[in-house]
Order: sequence, then C-alpha cells, then structure tokens
Amino acid sequence: MDFLRPASWEEALAAKAEHPTAVPIAGGTDVMVEINFDHRRPEYLLDLNRIGDLSEWEVGENTVRLGASVPYTKIMENLRTELPGLALASHTVASPQIRNRGGVGGNLGTASPAGDAHPALLAAGCEVEVESVRGRRMIPIDEFYVGVKRNAMAPDELIRSVHLPKADGPQQFSKVGTRNAMVIAVCAFGIALHPETRTVRTGIGSAAPTPVRAKEAEEFLAAALEDGGFWESGNPIPPSVAKQFAQLASGACNPIDDVRGSAKYRRHAVGIMARRTLGWTWESYRGHERSAQCA
Amino acid sequence: MRVNFTVNGRKQEADDVWEGESLLYVLRERMGLPGSKNACEQGECGSCTVRLDGVPVCSCLVAAGQVEGREVVTVEGLADYAKQRAEHGGCASGACGTSLDAAQRWQSKPADSQTGENTELSPIQQAFIDAGAVQCGFCTPGLLVAADELLERNDSPSDADIREALSGNLCRCTGYEKILDAVRLAAARGENRTAGQGA
Repeated sequence: MDFLRPASWEEALAAKAEHPTAVPIAGGTDVMVEINFDHRRPEYLLDLNRIGDLSEWEVGENTVRLGASVPYTKIMENLRTELPGLALASHTVASPQIRNRGGVGGNLGTASPAGDAHPALLAAGCEVEVESVRGRRMIPIDEFYVGVKRNAMAPDELIRSVHLPKADGPQQFSKVGTRNAMVIAVCAFGIALHPETRTVRTGIGSAAPTPVRAKEAEEFLAAALEDGGFWESGNPIPPSVAKQFAQLASGACNPIDDVRGSAKYRRHAVGIMARRTLGWTWESYRGHERSAQCA
Repeated sequence: MRVNFTVNGRKQEADDVWEGESLLYVLRERMGLPGSKNACEQGECGSCTVRLDGVPVCSCLVAAGQVEGREVVTVEGLADYAKQRAEHGGCASGACGTSLDAAQRWQSKPADSQTGENTELSPIQQAFIDAGAVQCGFCTPGLLVAADELLERNDSPSDADIREALSGNLCRCTGYEKILDAVRLAAARGENRTAGQGA
C-alpha cells in the first residue's frame, strides 16, 4: 500500500489521474473501518486532510458552496439557517467523534443508500462539483446515485464541493433507528418546501438500492397545494392530502429485508415519516415553529 | 513510512508505519501509550478517543499518515493538558474550545507525563474516582477525553449536553449513571473554583 499526501488540490487531481484506483480518505470514518476489518486493501490511499480548501464553506447570495470535507459538526454549528435539512441530518450522524471527522464528500463518495446526508441533499436539490485533470463538472444530485454504492463519477475524479441552494422554506429530516446515537438508518426521510417555486422536494434513505426522491408524492403534493391555494392561505393541509402524500412516499420505496429491518417495515415507516415531516414543515411555513427541533 | 507528530506535547517519530495503520495502533504499539483502548475498531465505542489538534476523534479511524505534523493528546497527557489550560485562563465563557494555535503551542512540562503516572490528576479524572464512575475501567480513558473536552467548551452543561457529548462512548458495565454524576461533579467543582476567583 502507498500513502499519497497531496498538499494541494492540483496535486490531488494529478495523483488521482496517475492512480485511478487510489481510495480518497478524508475523515476516514468509512475507509478506516474497511481497512481495520481487512475488507479492503487499496493499493493507494489518497489523504485529503492537507487540502484546507476542502474543509471550508462559502455562503453566497443564493447558494452555499460546501467543501467536501467540512465536518458534520461544522454544518450543525454554522449552516443551520442556510441548510436546515442538512444540519438536522448531520445531527443524526453517529456520534460527536465521528461528526468531527466525517463530511458530505464521504457520504457521496461511498454512495451508500444509508448515508444520512443523502435525503437532505436530494430534498434541497444541489449539484456535486467533481473534478479531474480533464476538467471540472457539476453533477445534479438527481443524476449522482447510479446503483448500490455506485455514483456517477469517473475513476479519475474527486469530489471538491457541493453547491446547495440556500433554504427558501422549511426543511425537515427524520430517521428511524434503534437508538439516538451510533445508528445506521433503518430508513430516513427528508423534505424541503420551496415556496419560491411552489414545489416540494423529498429524499428517501435506506429504502431502495440508492437514495431516491419520492417524485410522485412531490408532484401530487405540489398540485394539491397549488389547487387548494394553500401557499397563499397558509391553511392546514387536509388529512386526506397528507395521507395520500404518505402513501405515495411509501410507494417510492424499493426496500429489501436485512438485519436492520424488513422491507415491509421500511415502506410503512417511510410513509409515517413523510406524513410527520410534512406536518412539521407545513406548520413552520404557517408560522408555527416546532418548539423542539428534533426528528 | 515515517510519521512525525506531537503526542502529549512531545515530538515523536514513528518508523516503519504500515500505510493502512491507524493512529490508535501507533499510539499503543509503537509509542507505548496503551491508555487509549482498542475495542471495536469501527468508531462505535469511543474507547480510543483522543484529541487531534484539539478535536475529539476516534483514533482507530484516523490513518497514521494523516497525523503528520499534527498534535495529539491522549488520556496519558490529559492531566497536563488540563493543568496547562487552567494556567492559561481556561474557558469560562463556555464557547471557546481550544484553538489550533493553542493546541500547537501547548507543551507538557513534567518529565514523567508520558505515561501519565505520578502526575496530579485532572479535575475530570478526580471526579470519576470520587463519583465511583470507574468500574472495569476499559471505557474510562475515552470517556475522560470526551468529558474533558465537553467541560472545556461548556463549563455548565445540562444533562442533555452531557448525554450528547458522551453519546459516542459505550460503557459495557453500563455504569452510565455514575459517569453522568462524575461529569456533573467536575462541572460543579469547576464552577466553585471560578466563583472563588470572583470571575
């Protein structure tokens, strides 16, 4: 094994071009587990810790550019207003020690359906900035996940940052697990209201081969809110609409039975989380903030 | 490969480090610092918690090569670290933490601090003993490092703050109540000290 320690982003891209099999390591919270357990013996480890730029974020007028290695702790502490859904999801990641090291780049690189950031990223709608010596490209999050633990990146590319729109409405995140800390999601659900475009976006974790959106549920809800004049009136959402939204969210799942839960349970739980998070975000939109921001 | 870094205020050099080796392995097997415990090797248990440039991390998930040029504090150096902090005004505001600068300037003084023996205990260590928070002792080093960092950030934590800060540390004796007592005790003693200074 070789340990590559680029001091700059350009050096990192050059190293990845020369050794496309090199495994990038930033927080190490996934990669080191695989090495410790002898599940993986990469030929090259590509350490990204020396590239300071990856741990920084910029809040622009309409978007946030979030460096791939910004630890979840920093997202929780600094970006709660701009990225409320992602901040909530960050809070459910593992433990303080892990949140101090892990970042969104790792979740995206690993592309596990259980990654906690994915539902929030899908719901917010964002673009992943990836780069190689061949050039830079922005991959829309909807096109990023292509299979079980597979993403749309080429072998010589590295994730530099994620560009997320600043929240224009309430966002929520909910996750089911056996306890509060150190839990890999049995399933998870993210929702973001986008009042400016009068749309709703969602994200489902751990209930399909990849993180997915519940598109039919989104379209149904957007139409129901529009037709009923709810965006203007701020009236409560009728239970029948919430129920239908939940059923469509359940229907968007394509889960499996595994040690963490059964497919049937996952479908059921996603429906429940969809209904609840819709209720929380809508109450917030109507001006009734939840007293405790927890999911 | 060779890795140069600072452990408990001392420059260290580790040779022939395997590229996939963890910081925890280097500390325990190469530096002779077995205080950080090796249990789950997957970040679940927190027994290997150390400070990396002031930040609490699971040392089993840090690749040795990633600590090149950086500062590590283990439970063996905790008493000195806490003493140094107290001498430099500590953290009364509840929000300051340890800056990277401060962590890098930090030096251990007593000659025997490397093993942590014969040094005065840090307030959190003393509180663990006084509260009976040590049973088999395996989880204790990780909990001490995590709890010390909590009190550095937040000198008057609520029960929820304590639970959150220690949520990444497992105690298989399940002695959590006494552990919570110990953190409360250390916080209360810290407040008394500050009050005594009129701050």
